Amino acid sequence: MIAEFALALLWLAAALALLQLGLGSYALTVRGAQFLPAVRPVAVAQGVLVAVSFALLIVLFVRSDLSVKLVAANSHSLKPLIYKISGTWGNHEGSMLLWITVMGLAGGLIALLERRLNDRTLIATLAGQAFVSLGFYAFLLFASNPFERLNPAPAEGNGLNPLLQDPGLAFHPPTLYIGYVGLSIAFSFAIGAMVTRDVGPTFARAMRPWVLGAWIFLTLGIVAGSWWAYYTLGWGGWWFWDPVENASLMPWLAATALLHSVSVLATRGALKAWTVMLAVVAFSMSMVGTFLVRSGILTSVHAFAVDPERGSFILALLAIYIGGALALFGLRASTVTEGSRFHLFSREGALVMNNVLLVGILGIVLMGTLYPLVTEAFGTKVSVGPPYFNPVSAIFVFPMLVIMAVGPLMRWRQDNGKKLINLMAAPALALAVALALVVLFAGDIAILPLLGLIFAAGLAVASILPLWKRNLRRTPAHIYGMVLAHLGIAVALAGMAAESAFNTEKLVASEIGQTHTVGPWSIELQGIDPIAGPNWTALEARLVTRYGDSATQTVMNPQSRMFSSPPTATSHAALLTRWNGQLYVVLGEEGDDGRWQLRLWWKPFVPLIWYGGLLIGLGGILALVGRTARDLRRKDQPEYEPVAAPADPKPVGGREALA
Amino acid sequence: MPSPMKAKHQRLVLISIAFIGLLAAGLIAAYALRGQASYFYTPGELAAAEVEPGQAIRLGGMVQTGSIKKQADGVTIDFIVEDGKGTVPVRFSGITPALFVEGSGVVAEGRMDRAGFFVADNLLAKHDENYVPREMKDMTSADVKKVAGTVAQP
Amino acid sequence: MNRWPRLPIPSPSEAARPWHEARPIMKHWAIWLPLAVFGVLFALFATGLIAPGDRTIVSQMIGKPLPAFDLPQAVPDRPAVTRANFTDGKPKLLNVFASWCVPCVAEAPYLQQLADVGVEINGVAIRDRGPDVQAFLARNGNPYARIGSDDVSKIQFDLGSSGVPETFVIDGKGMITYQHIGDIRAEHVPVILEKLKEAQ
Repeated sequence: MIAEFALALLWLAAALALLQLGLGSYALTVRGAQFLPAVRPVAVAQGVLVAVSFALLIVLFVRSDLSVKLVAANSHSLKPLIYKISGTWGNHEGSMLLWITVMGLAGGLIALLERRLNDRTLIATLAGQAFVSLGFYAFLLFASNPFERLNPAPAEGNGLNPLLQDPGLAFHPPTLYIGYVGLSIAFSFAIGAMVTRDVGPTFARAMRPWVLGAWIFLTLGIVAGSWWAYYTLGWGGWWFWDPVENASLMPWLAATALLHSVSVLATRGALKAWTVMLAVVAFSMSMVGTFLVRSGILTSVHAFAVDPERGSFILALLAIYIGGALALFGLRASTVTEGSRFHLFSREGALVMNNVLLVGILGIVLMGTLYPLVTEAFGTKVSVGPPYFNPVSAIFVFPMLVIMAVGPLMRWRQDNGKKLINLMAAPALALAVALALVVLFAGDIAILPLLGLIFAAGLAVASILPLWKRNLRRTPAHIYGMVLAHLGIAVALAGMAAESAFNTEKLVASEIGQTHTVGPWSIELQGIDPIAGPNWTALEARLVTRYGDSATQTVMNPQSRMFSSPPTATSHAALLTRWNGQLYVVLGEEGDDGRWQLRLWWKPFVPLIWYGGLLIGLGGILALVGRTARDLRRKDQPEYEPVAAPADPKPVGGREALA
Repeated sequence: MPSPMKAKHQRLVLISIAFIGLLAAGLIAAYALRGQASYFYTPGELAAAEVEPGQAIRLGGMVQTGSIKKQADGVTIDFIVEDGKGTVPVRFSGITPALFVEGSGVVAEGRMDRAGFFVADNLLAKHDENYVPREMKDMTSADVKKVAGTVAQP
Repeated sequence: MNRWPRLPIPSPSEAARPWHEARPIMKHWAIWLPLAVFGVLFALFATGLIAPGDRTIVSQMIGKPLPAFDLPQAVPDRPAVTRANFTDGKPKLLNVFASWCVPCVAEAPYLQQLADVGVEINGVAIRDRGPDVQAFLARNGNPYARIGSDDVSKIQFDLGSSGVPETFVIDGKGMITYQHIGDIRAEHVPVILEKLKEAQ
């Protein structure tokens, strides 16, 4: 009964979305203006209904109701509760339902809370949001019903891919998903603003929390995904430039650019058309990412159940939304008023450069990701990997790091550079010291890691400078957010560079009782024991490790696991983290002579990659909290002070665009 | 206060910067892709193609039955990849994927050495029940099946 | 952001102008460029999707004789399967299934329908265990005349089958004449009956 009820709710929610679109569009016409107030409640109701529907799907998974096809195909009664819950979104249908749930809830929240934005723009935004969700409702209801029954019910579920039975991965896809959906909200705002020609600071401030929120989720999702790949694949790498990874990186790059340009628009009233464009690009990238992952047109080491039919559906949605939005942009961009002017050598100028470089990197990643698809159309099969992505993106990354260091210290509108030169002495010094240290102690390392290390040092110092000589108590939270996020980039960069510069690796066939050394570690294989988990059995190595001459010994237990349902084998790496790096060990198979394969890595400072990523996310959270609190406190005040108040306060919607 | 640039001028400069930046990104990417993309070969194609030793490529095919030989160091294996039209000897040091067995499909990433060995840095066997390397799709279907293993079809 | 003196923007003259008189930011072909780029991307994705022969992998074995095999018995109450069972002159179905496969549950009633009209179905349980197969048959019905157990997916590879479930039509002389990929649904039952008739 639960499944049928939930499906009914879903249909009802879809109907409300249709109403939201129709009513919203009509309300925007001259005759329909009296319906403007009716749209908000519809949006709230839609959000509530779809959320309840999703909650019911979770209930079905928790109860292991195998008469529901989706549950039978993706769950197993023996699975731990947490994975039963995560099984809800660990599949195509459930993840699509999660998508519209988040979207519906976001629409409801906007309808409830957003009070500053011009009413017409808000209604246009809600209509746009309904338009986007309708596509996904159709996708769910017609092509991938999550509540379909299976008759007769199977005795046992089909399990979940054991690779997915992992806390990192249980929460990594939904995190990314929420990020994607957040970008769809930004997209709806952009549509709304283009429809009413209301591209101004108010619009930017209304959109900013959603962009920030989406960006935070994307950041954390990528960090979690990279961490997951690092310790489950057992390859010792943390980023493979795999299509699935790129699919999450591209929206992040676009969102990062959007985040910065939306700030310029909110604070300075400049970069109007560019901000709208970026909102469209950012959402396009999340759709393209979803498409690439779900359609399976690109090969990936991350396995996904793929289906060309679903691919076609997503492609159709992509064409409608993005094609439509870009056409609207083409028609409306010329009527968007010109933004405020600024000198190129100014904070705005730096942000423009940062945007161009970010979009450049985005282009490089996109081209590298799609190149195999292009060549395949001509009959040649290629794959593109680190030898392309690393050096080529570096060409744009390093200039961007310089701008990241300098930009926040520049004045808005125009900077004379005098103060800047004094301030930049400190990061330059840090960079020089880092260079000297690396040359003295690290000796011969490759150029990219070297640049990475010294730029990280320079950026770390530069990122703190915006706090220099400031009253730290009165500094608003979002400034701290920016400082933390930029510092996080420096920290992550240091980790990446250190990993590729100082990594040591050893591959051995070990007898029981034999001791091996890797970097400063000595590692003794004491034995191999069979152990059993809830739905797997494993061989577990007992390794006793010792760092340098230290007296403390630590036992590490890498496993090679066999899952029973479906039958799959995975290797489970063991990690040992010290303040200065990580020891990473993987157990291989037993040779004919009774020796066991072991792969050992000592990775100095590698955890900095994820600590940096977390700092970036934390910075985003601080900025979001700070901005929201500030916006709520001074409701209608603009962030800048116009010389004269606009002649007529608020005649008809749309005119605000001038401000 | 120094006067900001003329509006028209400023817009032009901004658009030009954006345009040049993106164009540069595109051109650099296009140039680098031609040199850095690693091509995929089956053993039959590899025999026909002239591949420089040291050039990064990928090799896909079936592991010939009876060909896996473990070396004395315990971590290196030699085996033969075949596709019905040719064979290539492959050497790999490392932990083989769990599903790497004789008669199974494999994609090896690496390069040819001067002696005609393919030295693999990485072996990709199927990762789960649903994973078929896309490059495999043109191989004979019986071969593909061995790679694909058992796919629960929805 | 507060450390610098705020500059007055926008200028009052601009603020007072209604939108239709506002100066266009750019009237230029360049604003259509993103749409053009997207068009190219779309074309690329579309070709990638409809590229010939990409997903459904049709067996190369159609029209060829069934490879020789001799599989052990999977369950006590059904005999084992060998190639010889397919050469008695009567067209039969060879169904590849597994107890752990959900679509196999879905197709069970339709296999039963086929069995009820007199079609002989020989099953091959892939990578399965006897008790599991038995439980599966007890729950979903047993339309099979014979069931072989293929623990290493050998016969499946030999047949050029890409997954579970799949069903092959074998004519009376041991030739494969038709392959059905995926679960058999109601609409497939007449198709398969037709193919069996053709194979006479």
